[in-house]
Amino acid sequence: MTNKENFLKGFFRENAVFTLLLGMCPALGVTSSAINGLGMGLATTFVLIMSNVFISIFSSFIPDKVKIPSFIVIIAAFVTMVDLIMAGYAPALHEQLGVFIPLIVVNCLVLGRAEAFASKNQIFPSIIDGVSMGLGFSMALTMLGAVRELFGAGKMFGITIFSENYGMLIFVLAPGAFIALGYLIAFINKLRKA
Amino acid sequence: MEFIVIIISAIFVNNVVLAQFLGICPFLGVSKKVSTAVGMTGAVTFVMILATIVTYLIQKYILDAFGIGFMQTISFILVIASLVQLVEIMLKKVSPPLYQALGVFLPLITTNCAILGVAIMTIQKDYNLLEAVVFSGASAIGFGLALVLFAGLREHLDLVDLPKGMKGAPAALVVAGLLAMAFMGFSGIV
Repeated sequence: MTNKENFLKGFFRENAVFTLLLGMCPALGVTSSAINGLGMGLATTFVLIMSNVFISIFSSFIPDKVKIPSFIVIIAAFVTMVDLIMAGYAPALHEQLGVFIPLIVVNCLVLGRAEAFASKNQIFPSIIDGVSMGLGFSMALTMLGAVRELFGAGKMFGITIFSENYGMLIFVLAPGAFIALGYLIAFINKLRKA
Repeated sequence: MEFIVIIISAIFVNNVVLAQFLGICPFLGVSKKVSTAVGMTGAVTFVMILATIVTYLIQKYILDAFGIGFMQTISFILVIASLVQLVEIMLKKVSPPLYQALGVFLPLITTNCAILGVAIMTIQKDYNLLEAVVFSGASAIGFGLALVLFAGLREHLDLVDLPKGMKGAPAALVVAGLLAMAFMGFSGIV
């Protein structure tokens, strides 16, 4: 696999949310607006890149038996960093994302890439993999957030497109998350086959 | 009275899966058949209550006592991961039939965000130990209720003739949305 292919796979062919169905909890939980989706996506991207780097360096020293627990500890360390940095510099976003920031630890996407890619590859391809998967995940979350915000509140990134009175409140609430993601995946499936 | 409020709120109003979006992976992954959904529910209930008690004690007597609250994420996930291993080993020895029933689901539970999520929420809501146990138990029942209902719906969904792009995950998500809409009817009870 060339670097270019490695970089592009995360956006479409192996997109975390639309194709692999990984990391669904934050994808549904925080995407009530496009900004929240983007914030969550970038936080996950940071954790993904850093944990990929460290795991690709250390994986040859880690015995097989304690592989998963040690991966989890490495990931948890970076999640704690993101949590504290966000609480310090973006308190409003931190408040919005709430419990989903510590829950990046159990995001199957991060552990999945650590196990499937970083532990078997050199540093450089692992960084590219982290960037690609992370940005693909961010893209998916932002798209879902934008769709929900547009239909629910008539806004896009906080800018009013049409009056809120014509919005369907259900899209901002819990059921809208499931329905919007369902149709978005169906749409992507359709694009892929065409 | 307080306990009744906690129980109803955790099962129906703030259902872990359908209102808080925790544990979506097992919700979509093991909900193809009612029987596997019931098995998963059993394993989750067991581990969730145990994990909440242990993490509660760690928070109170280690993290708070020494002022190292920032270690919460790391210590909780480690405790949950090792607890799952421990439960697996003990069940194998103590009760082979129960291990037979729950065994395959146990390794999946480490990455079930509902467990870590409920443990963290218990701390955030400042419950005492008894309330924490009731809250985690009710959350687990809420998880099980959503999972079993959804599995029942999905068994029927297999028989429906759908457009190609909607088959599988998209249809399941839309049905989950409808189920979530039904659960919204409970809001306002508490």
